[in-house]
Amino acid sequence: MPRGRKGNPTMRTIQAKDVTRAVAQMCIKANCTLQDDVVSCLERARHEEPWPVAQATLDTILENVRIAKTDNVPLCQDTGMACVFVELGKDVRIEGGNLRSAIDEGVRRGYTDGYLRKSMVADPLRRENTKDNTPALITFDVVSGDSLKIALAPKGAGSENMGMLKMLKPADGVEGVKDFVLEAVRHAGPNPCPPIVVGVGIGGNFDHVASLAKRALVRPLSQPNPDPFYAALEGELLDAINAFGTGPAGFGGKTTALAVHIEQMPTHIACLPVAVNINCHVARHEEVVL
Amino acid sequence: MSETRKLAGTIDEKTAQSLHAGDQVLFTGTVYVARDAAHKRLIDLLDAGEELPFPVENAIIYYAGPAPAKPGQVIGPCGPTSSYRMDPYAPRLLDLGVRAMIGKGARSQSVIDAIVRNHCVYFAAVGGAAAYIAKSIASAQVVAYEDLGTEAIRKLEVVDMPLTVAIDCTGGNVYTQGPAAYLASTAR
Repeated sequence: MPRGRKGNPTMRTIQAKDVTRAVAQMCIKANCTLQDDVVSCLERARHEEPWPVAQATLDTILENVRIAKTDNVPLCQDTGMACVFVELGKDVRIEGGNLRSAIDEGVRRGYTDGYLRKSMVADPLRRENTKDNTPALITFDVVSGDSLKIALAPKGAGSENMGMLKMLKPADGVEGVKDFVLEAVRHAGPNPCPPIVVGVGIGGNFDHVASLAKRALVRPLSQPNPDPFYAALEGELLDAINAFGTGPAGFGGKTTALAVHIEQMPTHIACLPVAVNINCHVARHEEVVL
Repeated sequence: MSETRKLAGTIDEKTAQSLHAGDQVLFTGTVYVARDAAHKRLIDLLDAGEELPFPVENAIIYYAGPAPAKPGQVIGPCGPTSSYRMDPYAPRLLDLGVRAMIGKGARSQSVIDAIVRNHCVYFAAVGGAAAYIAKSIASAQVVAYEDLGTEAIRKLEVVDMPLTVAIDCTGGNVYTQGPAAYLASTAR
Protein backbone atom coordinates (compact mmCIF):
# COMPACT_ATOMS: atom_id res chain seq x y z
CA MET A 1 0.00 0.00 0.00
CA PRO A 2 1.61 3.33 -1.03
CA ARG A 3 2.22 5.70 1.84
CA GLY A 4 -0.52 8.22 2.52
CA ARG A 5 -3.27 6.02 1.04
CA LYS A 6 -5.59 3.97 3.15
CA GLY A 7 -7.21 0.71 2.11
CA ASN A 8 -10.88 1.13 1.29
CA PRO A 9 -12.75 -0.18 4.34
CA THR A 10 -15.79 -1.10 2.16
CA MET A 11 -13.65 -3.25 -0.16
CA ARG A 12 -15.05 -6.78 -0.40
CA THR A 13 -12.80 -9.78 -0.79
CA ILE A 14 -13.67 -12.71 -3.05
CA GLN A 15 -11.48 -15.80 -3.06
CA ALA A 16 -10.06 -16.90 -6.42
CA LYS A 17 -10.93 -20.51 -5.59
CA ASP A 18 -14.61 -19.53 -5.27
CA VAL A 19 -14.45 -18.03 -8.75
CA THR A 20 -12.88 -21.23 -10.06
CA ARG A 21 -15.55 -23.40 -8.45
CA ALA A 22 -18.40 -21.24 -9.80
CA VAL A 23 -16.99 -21.25 -13.35
CA ALA A 24 -16.44 -25.02 -13.31
CA GLN A 25 -20.04 -25.62 -12.21
CA MET A 26 -21.36 -23.25 -14.87
CA CYS A 27 -19.40 -25.00 -17.63
CA ILE A 28 -21.04 -28.33 -16.80
CA LYS A 29 -24.54 -26.97 -16.17
CA ALA A 30 -24.59 -24.79 -19.29
CA ASN A 31 -23.49 -27.65 -21.51
CA CYS A 32 -25.85 -30.30 -20.12
CA THR A 33 -29.00 -28.43 -19.12
CA LEU A 34 -30.50 -26.02 -21.61
CA GLN A 35 -31.81 -22.92 -19.86
CA ASP A 36 -35.59 -22.62 -19.41
CA ASP A 37 -35.92 -19.55 -21.65
CA VAL A 38 -34.50 -21.49 -24.61
CA VAL A 39 -36.52 -24.64 -23.87
CA SER A 40 -39.74 -22.59 -23.63
CA CYS A 41 -38.92 -20.90 -26.90
CA LEU A 42 -38.31 -24.26 -28.62
CA GLU A 43 -41.56 -25.67 -27.21
CA ARG A 44 -43.52 -22.65 -28.43
CA ALA A 45 -41.88 -22.96 -31.85
CA ARG A 46 -42.87 -26.65 -31.99
CA HIS A 47 -46.44 -25.73 -31.10
CA GLU A 48 -46.61 -23.08 -33.82
CA GLU A 49 -44.75 -25.04 -36.51
CA PRO A 50 -47.14 -26.14 -39.30
CA TRP A 51 -44.68 -28.15 -41.44
CA PRO A 52 -44.46 -31.90 -40.62
CA VAL A 53 -40.74 -32.31 -41.38
CA ALA A 54 -39.99 -29.32 -39.16
CA GLN A 55 -42.23 -30.65 -36.40
CA ALA A 56 -40.32 -33.94 -36.44
CA THR A 57 -36.96 -32.13 -36.33
CA LEU A 58 -38.07 -29.96 -33.41
CA ASP A 59 -39.28 -33.11 -31.63
CA THR A 60 -35.78 -34.58 -32.08
CA ILE A 61 -34.21 -31.40 -30.72
CA LEU A 62 -36.53 -31.38 -27.67
CA GLU A 63 -35.91 -35.09 -27.08
CA ASN A 64 -32.18 -34.33 -27.11
CA VAL A 65 -32.74 -31.63 -24.48
CA ARG A 66 -34.50 -34.19 -22.25
CA ILE A 67 -31.82 -36.88 -22.71
CA ALA A 68 -28.96 -34.47 -21.97
CA LYS A 69 -30.62 -33.21 -18.81
CA THR A 70 -31.60 -36.68 -17.55
CA ASP A 71 -28.23 -38.30 -18.30
CA ASN A 72 -26.27 -35.15 -17.39
CA VAL A 73 -24.35 -35.29 -20.68
CA PRO A 74 -23.64 -32.43 -23.09
CA LEU A 75 -26.47 -31.44 -25.42
CA CYS A 76 -23.99 -31.09 -28.28
CA GLN A 77 -20.60 -32.72 -28.75
CA ASP A 78 -19.26 -29.25 -29.53
CA THR A 79 -19.16 -27.94 -25.99
CA GLY A 80 -17.70 -24.80 -27.41
CA MET A 81 -15.25 -22.09 -26.61
CA ALA A 82 -15.83 -20.78 -23.11
CA CYS A 83 -16.96 -17.20 -23.77
CA VAL A 84 -17.00 -15.34 -20.47
CA PHE A 85 -18.31 -11.88 -19.65
CA VAL A 86 -17.08 -10.46 -16.38
CA GLU A 87 -18.54 -7.47 -14.57
CA LEU A 88 -16.17 -6.71 -11.76
CA GLY A 89 -17.45 -4.35 -9.07
CA LYS A 90 -14.86 -1.65 -8.34
CA ASP A 91 -15.12 -2.42 -4.64
CA VAL A 92 -14.13 -6.06 -5.10
CA ARG A 93 -10.68 -7.45 -4.44
CA ILE A 94 -9.74 -10.94 -5.62
CA GLU A 95 -7.59 -12.83 -3.13
CA GLY A 96 -5.52 -15.95 -3.68
CA GLY A 97 -4.86 -15.55 -7.39
CA ASN A 98 -5.71 -13.34 -10.32
CA LEU A 99 -9.14 -13.31 -11.87
CA ARG A 100 -8.15 -14.46 -15.35
CA SER A 101 -6.25 -17.48 -14.02
CA ALA A 102 -9.11 -18.34 -11.66
CA ILE A 103 -11.56 -18.36 -14.57
CA ASP A 104 -9.24 -20.44 -16.75
CA GLU A 105 -8.80 -22.93 -13.92
CA GLY A 106 -12.60 -23.16 -13.67
CA VAL A 107 -12.83 -23.91 -17.39
CA ARG A 108 -10.07 -26.50 -17.08
CA ARG A 109 -11.85 -28.30 -14.23
CA GLY A 110 -15.34 -27.98 -15.66
CA TYR A 111 -14.35 -29.37 -19.06
CA THR A 112 -12.30 -32.17 -17.53
CA ASP A 113 -14.61 -33.23 -14.67
CA GLY A 114 -17.73 -32.80 -16.79
CA TYR A 115 -16.54 -34.96 -19.72
CA LEU A 116 -16.89 -31.97 -22.03
CA ARG A 117 -15.04 -31.83 -25.34
CA LYS A 118 -11.78 -29.93 -25.47
CA SER A 119 -11.93 -27.89 -28.65
CA MET A 120 -9.32 -25.16 -28.22
CA VAL A 121 -6.09 -25.12 -30.23
CA ALA A 122 -3.21 -23.07 -28.85
CA ASP A 123 -2.37 -21.44 -32.16
CA PRO A 124 -4.66 -20.72 -35.12
CA LEU A 125 -2.20 -21.98 -37.74
CA ARG A 126 -0.13 -24.60 -35.90
CA ARG A 127 -3.32 -25.99 -34.31
CA GLU A 128 -2.21 -28.04 -31.33
CA ASN A 129 -5.06 -28.82 -28.93
CA THR A 130 -4.57 -27.37 -25.44
CA LYS A 131 -6.36 -30.49 -24.09
CA ASP A 132 -8.28 -28.64 -21.37
CA ASN A 133 -10.35 -26.17 -23.41
CA THR A 134 -8.42 -23.18 -22.09
CA PRO A 135 -8.00 -20.34 -22.57
CA ALA A 136 -11.45 -18.91 -21.92
CA LEU A 137 -12.35 -15.94 -24.13
CA ILE A 138 -12.94 -13.31 -21.47
CA THR A 139 -14.41 -9.82 -21.77
CA PHE A 140 -13.81 -7.72 -18.66
CA ASP A 141 -15.87 -4.77 -17.56
CA VAL A 142 -15.44 -2.74 -14.38
CA VAL A 143 -18.72 -1.58 -12.85
CA SER A 144 -19.80 0.11 -9.61
CA GLY A 145 -20.60 -1.93 -6.52
CA ASP A 146 -19.04 -4.78 -4.60
CA SER A 147 -20.18 -7.83 -6.50
CA LEU A 148 -18.68 -9.94 -9.26
CA LYS A 149 -20.93 -11.11 -12.08
CA ILE A 150 -19.70 -13.84 -14.41
CA ALA A 151 -21.71 -14.89 -17.47
CA LEU A 152 -20.65 -17.95 -19.43
CA ALA A 153 -21.76 -18.80 -22.95
CA PRO A 154 -20.13 -21.95 -24.37
CA LYS A 155 -20.16 -21.23 -28.10
CA GLY A 156 -19.98 -23.91 -30.78
CA ALA A 157 -18.03 -23.33 -33.98
CA GLY A 158 -20.76 -24.37 -36.43
CA SER A 159 -22.65 -21.19 -35.67
CA GLU A 160 -19.60 -19.09 -34.76
CA ASN A 161 -18.11 -19.61 -38.24
CA MET A 162 -21.21 -18.06 -39.81
CA GLY A 163 -20.61 -14.63 -38.22
CA MET A 164 -20.15 -11.53 -40.39
CA LEU A 165 -19.11 -7.93 -39.83
CA LYS A 166 -19.40 -4.89 -42.10
CA MET A 167 -18.57 -1.22 -41.79
CA LEU A 168 -21.62 0.42 -43.38
CA LYS A 169 -21.95 4.09 -44.34
CA PRO A 170 -24.23 6.25 -42.18
CA ALA A 171 -26.29 6.82 -45.36
CA ASP A 172 -27.06 3.09 -45.46
CA GLY A 173 -29.19 3.63 -42.35
CA VAL A 174 -31.59 1.12 -40.87
CA GLU A 175 -32.34 -0.39 -44.29
CA GLY A 176 -28.65 -1.11 -44.80
CA VAL A 177 -28.47 -2.78 -41.40
CA LYS A 178 -31.52 -4.94 -42.14
CA ASP A 179 -30.14 -5.96 -45.55
CA PHE A 180 -26.81 -6.96 -44.03
CA VAL A 181 -28.32 -8.99 -41.19
CA LEU A 182 -30.62 -10.84 -43.60
CA GLU A 183 -27.74 -11.42 -46.01
CA ALA A 184 -25.63 -12.95 -43.21
CA VAL A 185 -28.44 -15.25 -42.08
CA ARG A 186 -29.33 -16.25 -45.64
CA HIS A 187 -25.67 -16.99 -46.35
CA ALA A 188 -25.45 -19.15 -43.20
CA GLY A 189 -28.43 -21.22 -44.42
CA PRO A 190 -28.57 -24.65 -42.77
CA ASN A 191 -24.98 -24.56 -41.44
CA PRO A 192 -25.38 -22.95 -37.98
CA CYS A 193 -27.96 -25.54 -36.78
CA PRO A 194 -31.25 -23.68 -37.05
CA PRO A 195 -33.45 -22.72 -35.32
CA ILE A 196 -30.89 -20.06 -34.52
CA VAL A 197 -30.55 -17.05 -32.25
CA VAL A 198 -29.21 -14.02 -34.09
CA GLY A 199 -27.00 -11.60 -32.17
CA VAL A 200 -26.62 -8.21 -33.83
CA GLY A 201 -24.25 -5.44 -32.80
CA ILE A 202 -24.74 -1.95 -34.19
CA GLY A 203 -22.41 1.01 -33.54
CA GLY A 204 -19.13 1.44 -31.72
CA ASN A 205 -16.14 0.59 -33.88
CA PHE A 206 -14.71 -2.45 -35.66
CA ASP A 207 -13.87 -4.43 -32.51
CA HIS A 208 -16.62 -3.26 -30.15
CA VAL A 209 -19.39 -4.08 -32.60
CA ALA A 210 -18.31 -7.73 -32.72
CA SER A 211 -18.32 -7.90 -28.94
CA LEU A 212 -21.82 -6.35 -28.87
CA ALA A 213 -23.11 -9.04 -31.22
CA LYS A 214 -21.70 -11.77 -29.00
CA ARG A 215 -23.01 -10.12 -25.84
CA ALA A 216 -26.48 -9.97 -27.44
CA LEU A 217 -26.52 -13.78 -27.36
CA VAL A 218 -26.18 -13.88 -23.58
CA ARG A 219 -29.46 -12.00 -23.08
CA PRO A 220 -32.40 -14.27 -22.11
CA LEU A 221 -34.63 -15.10 -25.08
CA SER A 222 -37.71 -13.68 -23.42
CA GLN A 223 -36.13 -10.23 -23.11
CA PRO A 224 -36.44 -7.77 -26.00
CA ASN A 225 -34.15 -4.74 -26.29
CA PRO A 226 -35.27 -2.20 -23.64
CA ASP A 227 -35.41 0.55 -26.30
CA PRO A 228 -38.77 0.19 -28.15
CA PHE A 229 -37.15 1.32 -31.44
CA TYR A 230 -34.67 -1.57 -31.33
CA ALA A 231 -37.23 -4.01 -29.93
CA ALA A 232 -39.39 -3.31 -32.99
CA LEU A 233 -36.40 -3.82 -35.26
CA GLU A 234 -35.70 -7.17 -33.55
CA GLY A 235 -39.28 -8.26 -34.25
CA GLU A 236 -39.14 -7.13 -37.85
CA LEU A 237 -35.89 -9.00 -38.51
CA LEU A 238 -37.21 -12.14 -36.80
CA ASP A 239 -40.28 -12.18 -39.05
CA ALA A 240 -38.15 -11.59 -42.15
CA ILE A 241 -35.79 -14.47 -41.22
CA ASN A 242 -38.68 -16.83 -40.51
CA ALA A 243 -40.06 -16.04 -43.97
CA PHE A 244 -36.94 -17.63 -45.52
CA GLY A 245 -38.37 -21.16 -45.10
CA THR A 246 -34.98 -22.59 -44.04
CA GLY A 247 -36.57 -24.33 -41.06
CA PRO A 248 -35.09 -26.54 -38.33
CA ALA A 249 -31.84 -28.19 -39.50
CA GLY A 250 -32.41 -26.46 -42.85
CA PHE A 251 -34.89 -29.13 -43.98
CA GLY A 252 -37.62 -26.51 -44.53
CA GLY A 253 -40.23 -24.99 -42.22
CA LYS A 254 -41.39 -21.93 -40.38
CA THR A 255 -38.93 -21.98 -37.49
CA THR A 256 -35.58 -20.66 -38.75
CA ALA A 257 -34.82 -18.33 -35.84
CA LEU A 258 -35.99 -18.29 -32.22
CA ALA A 259 -34.99 -14.70 -31.57
CA VAL A 260 -33.06 -11.70 -32.85
CA HIS A 261 -31.19 -9.70 -30.22
CA ILE A 262 -29.73 -6.31 -31.01
CA GLU A 263 -27.23 -4.43 -28.85
CA GLN A 264 -26.32 -0.89 -29.85
CA MET A 265 -23.81 1.74 -28.72
CA PRO A 266 -22.58 5.21 -29.71
CA THR A 267 -20.41 5.51 -32.80
CA HIS A 268 -18.44 8.02 -34.90
CA ILE A 269 -20.15 10.53 -37.23
CA ALA A 270 -18.66 8.65 -40.19
CA CYS A 271 -19.37 5.08 -38.98
CA LEU A 272 -22.18 2.55 -39.01
CA PRO A 273 -20.58 -0.75 -37.95
CA VAL A 274 -22.81 -3.83 -37.87
CA ALA A 275 -21.93 -7.34 -36.78
CA VAL A 276 -23.92 -10.57 -36.83
CA ASN A 277 -23.02 -13.41 -34.45
CA ILE A 278 -25.24 -16.47 -34.82
CA ASN A 279 -26.02 -19.02 -32.13
CA CYS A 280 -27.42 -22.51 -32.73
CA HIS A 281 -30.56 -23.86 -31.04
CA VAL A 282 -28.30 -25.10 -28.23
CA ALA A 283 -28.14 -21.48 -27.07
CA ARG A 284 -26.22 -22.05 -23.86
CA HIS A 285 -25.77 -19.38 -21.25
CA GLU A 286 -25.36 -19.28 -17.49
CA GLU A 287 -24.46 -16.56 -15.05
CA VAL A 288 -23.53 -16.22 -11.43
CA VAL A 289 -23.16 -13.27 -9.07
CA LEU A 290 -20.57 -13.67 -6.34
CA MET B 1 -43.43 -36.35 -45.08
CA SER B 2 -42.03 -39.60 -46.47
CA GLU B 3 -42.08 -42.94 -44.65
CA THR B 4 -38.95 -43.82 -42.74
CA ARG B 5 -36.88 -46.43 -44.52
CA LYS B 6 -34.67 -48.93 -42.70
CA LEU B 7 -31.26 -49.63 -44.22
CA ALA B 8 -28.82 -52.19 -42.86
CA GLY B 9 -25.33 -53.33 -43.77
CA THR B 10 -23.52 -51.93 -46.79
CA ILE B 11 -24.87 -49.05 -48.81
CA ASP B 12 -23.81 -49.97 -52.33
CA GLU B 13 -24.28 -48.12 -55.59
CA LYS B 14 -27.72 -49.62 -56.18
CA THR B 15 -28.96 -48.66 -52.70
CA ALA B 16 -27.56 -45.16 -53.07
CA GLN B 17 -29.40 -44.79 -56.37
CA SER B 18 -32.68 -45.70 -54.67
CA LEU B 19 -32.45 -42.82 -52.18
CA HIS B 20 -34.01 -39.42 -52.76
CA ALA B 21 -33.38 -36.08 -51.10
CA GLY B 22 -35.71 -35.71 -48.14
CA ASP B 23 -36.04 -39.45 -47.45
CA GLN B 24 -35.93 -40.39 -43.77
CA VAL B 25 -33.60 -43.30 -43.07
CA LEU B 26 -32.71 -45.42 -40.04
CA PHE B 27 -29.28 -46.83 -40.76
CA THR B 28 -27.72 -49.88 -39.10
CA GLY B 29 -24.11 -50.71 -39.95
CA THR B 30 -20.56 -49.41 -39.90
CA VAL B 31 -19.51 -45.78 -40.22
CA TYR B 32 -16.08 -44.17 -39.92
CA VAL B 33 -15.83 -40.92 -37.97
CA ALA B 34 -13.42 -38.38 -39.45
CA ARG B 35 -13.32 -34.60 -39.45
CA ASP B 36 -10.94 -31.77 -40.29
CA ALA B 37 -7.54 -32.92 -39.00
CA ALA B 38 -8.11 -36.58 -39.96
CA HIS B 39 -9.10 -35.60 -43.49
CA LYS B 40 -5.92 -33.62 -43.88
CA ARG B 41 -3.93 -36.70 -42.91
CA LEU B 42 -5.94 -38.98 -45.21
CA ILE B 43 -5.19 -36.74 -48.16
CA ASP B 44 -1.50 -36.63 -47.17
CA LEU B 45 -1.51 -40.46 -47.21
CA LEU B 46 -3.03 -40.53 -50.67
CA ASP B 47 -0.47 -37.98 -51.88
CA ALA B 48 2.26 -40.29 -50.56
CA GLY B 49 0.70 -43.23 -52.42
CA GLU B 50 -0.22 -45.08 -49.24
CA GLU B 51 -3.32 -47.03 -48.15
CA LEU B 52 -6.10 -45.44 -46.12
CA PRO B 53 -6.54 -46.79 -42.55
CA PHE B 54 -10.02 -48.17 -43.35
CA PRO B 55 -11.55 -50.04 -46.31
CA VAL B 56 -12.61 -47.35 -48.74
CA GLU B 57 -14.99 -49.37 -50.95
CA ASN B 58 -18.58 -48.35 -50.05
CA ALA B 59 -17.31 -46.68 -46.87
CA ILE B 60 -19.52 -44.26 -44.98
CA ILE B 61 -17.74 -41.29 -43.43
CA TYR B 62 -19.37 -39.50 -40.51
CA TYR B 63 -18.17 -35.92 -39.97
CA ALA B 64 -18.08 -35.71 -36.18
CA GLY B 65 -15.88 -35.27 -33.13
CA PRO B 66 -17.42 -36.89 -30.06
CA ALA B 67 -17.35 -35.57 -26.53
CA PRO B 68 -15.50 -37.86 -24.07
CA ALA B 69 -17.35 -40.97 -22.89
CA LYS B 70 -18.30 -41.09 -19.25
CA PRO B 71 -17.39 -44.31 -17.41
CA GLY B 72 -19.67 -47.06 -18.70
CA GLN B 73 -20.59 -45.23 -21.91
CA VAL B 74 -19.66 -46.44 -25.40
CA ILE B 75 -19.08 -42.87 -26.57
CA GLY B 76 -19.95 -39.36 -25.48
CA PRO B 77 -22.46 -37.19 -27.32
CA CYS B 78 -21.66 -37.44 -31.02
CA GLY B 79 -23.65 -35.29 -33.44
CA PRO B 80 -22.63 -34.14 -36.90
CA THR B 81 -20.26 -31.25 -37.56
CA SER B 82 -20.55 -28.80 -40.47
CA SER B 83 -19.72 -30.72 -43.65
CA TYR B 84 -18.55 -27.82 -45.82
CA ARG B 85 -15.18 -27.81 -44.08
CA MET B 86 -14.49 -31.23 -45.58
CA ASP B 87 -15.50 -30.08 -49.09
CA PRO B 88 -11.87 -29.62 -50.21
CA TYR B 89 -11.20 -33.31 -49.45
CA ALA B 90 -14.49 -35.08 -50.19
CA PRO B 91 -14.47 -35.40 -54.02
CA ARG B 92 -11.16 -37.26 -53.97
CA LEU B 93 -12.47 -39.75 -51.40
CA LEU B 94 -15.74 -40.25 -53.30
CA ASP B 95 -13.78 -40.89 -56.50
CA LEU B 96 -11.86 -43.61 -54.61
CA GLY B 97 -14.99 -45.50 -53.54
CA VAL B 98 -16.41 -43.83 -50.43
CA ARG B 99 -20.17 -44.23 -50.90
CA ALA B 100 -21.75 -41.98 -48.33
CA MET B 101 -21.10 -39.05 -46.04
CA ILE B 102 -23.00 -38.08 -42.91
CA GLY B 103 -22.82 -34.50 -41.68
CA LYS B 104 -24.87 -31.34 -41.62
CA GLY B 105 -25.31 -28.33 -43.83
CA ALA B 106 -24.64 -27.27 -47.40
CA ARG B 107 -21.98 -28.73 -49.74
CA SER B 108 -20.01 -27.10 -52.55
CA GLN B 109 -20.82 -27.71 -56.21
CA SER B 110 -17.67 -29.80 -56.61
CA VAL B 111 -18.90 -32.19 -53.88
CA ILE B 112 -22.39 -32.35 -55.42
CA ASP B 113 -20.79 -33.13 -58.79
CA ALA B 114 -18.72 -35.92 -57.20
CA ILE B 115 -21.84 -37.37 -55.52
CA VAL B 116 -23.63 -37.47 -58.88
CA ARG B 117 -20.59 -38.75 -60.81
CA ASN B 118 -19.96 -41.64 -58.40
CA HIS B 119 -23.59 -42.47 -57.47
CA CYS B 120 -23.09 -41.59 -53.83
CA VAL B 121 -25.28 -40.09 -51.14
CA TYR B 122 -24.90 -37.36 -48.54
CA PHE B 123 -26.94 -37.83 -45.38
CA ALA B 124 -27.71 -35.17 -42.79
CA ALA B 125 -28.10 -35.88 -39.10
CA VAL B 126 -29.75 -33.25 -36.89
CA GLY B 127 -27.00 -30.88 -35.75
CA GLY B 128 -26.94 -30.26 -32.02
CA ALA B 129 -28.88 -33.45 -31.20
CA ALA B 130 -25.71 -35.17 -30.05
CA ALA B 131 -26.97 -36.90 -26.89
CA TYR B 132 -29.92 -38.28 -28.88
CA ILE B 133 -27.73 -39.51 -31.75
CA ALA B 134 -25.24 -41.15 -29.36
CA LYS B 135 -28.06 -43.49 -28.25
CA SER B 136 -27.84 -45.17 -31.69
CA ILE B 137 -24.10 -45.90 -31.38
CA ALA B 138 -23.54 -49.48 -30.22
CA SER B 139 -19.74 -49.53 -30.30
CA ALA B 140 -16.83 -47.21 -30.98
CA GLN B 141 -13.18 -47.97 -31.58
CA VAL B 142 -10.31 -45.70 -32.56
CA VAL B 143 -8.73 -47.05 -35.77
CA ALA B 144 -6.22 -44.28 -36.54
CA TYR B 145 -4.66 -41.06 -35.30
CA GLU B 146 -5.34 -41.52 -31.59
CA ASP B 147 -3.12 -38.49 -30.98
CA LEU B 148 -5.82 -36.31 -32.53
CA GLY B 149 -8.13 -36.96 -29.55
CA THR B 150 -11.68 -36.10 -30.53
CA GLU B 151 -10.50 -35.83 -34.16
CA ALA B 152 -9.18 -39.42 -34.30
CA ILE B 153 -10.70 -41.79 -36.87
CA ARG B 154 -13.23 -44.04 -35.13
CA LYS B 155 -15.11 -47.06 -36.38
CA LEU B 156 -18.68 -46.99 -35.13
CA GLU B 157 -21.34 -49.66 -35.24
CA VAL B 158 -24.66 -47.84 -35.30
CA VAL B 159 -28.18 -49.17 -34.88
CA ASP B 160 -31.11 -47.29 -36.39
CA MET B 161 -29.17 -44.06 -36.69
CA PRO B 162 -31.70 -41.41 -37.73
CA LEU B 163 -30.68 -39.72 -40.99
CA THR B 164 -32.17 -37.60 -43.74
CA VAL B 165 -31.03 -37.91 -47.35
CA ALA B 166 -29.62 -34.42 -47.92
CA ILE B 167 -28.13 -34.76 -51.41
CA ASP B 168 -28.94 -37.73 -53.65
CA CYS B 169 -27.12 -39.12 -56.66
CA THR B 170 -29.20 -37.07 -59.11
CA GLY B 171 -28.17 -33.87 -57.32
CA GLY B 172 -31.51 -33.57 -55.50
CA ASN B 173 -30.89 -31.38 -52.45
CA VAL B 174 -33.01 -31.20 -49.28
CA TYR B 175 -31.54 -27.80 -48.42
CA THR B 176 -33.14 -26.24 -51.51
CA GLN B 177 -36.13 -28.56 -52.02
CA GLY B 178 -37.22 -28.63 -48.34
CA PRO B 179 -37.51 -24.86 -47.89
CA ALA B 180 -39.06 -24.50 -51.38
CA ALA B 181 -41.74 -27.08 -50.56
CA TYR B 182 -42.54 -25.36 -47.28
CA LEU B 183 -42.74 -21.93 -48.93
CA ALA B 184 -44.98 -23.34 -51.68
CA SER B 185 -47.30 -24.68 -48.98
CA THR B 186 -47.62 -21.22 -47.40
CA ALA B 187 -48.36 -19.60 -50.77
CA ARG B 188 -51.33 -21.89 -51.42
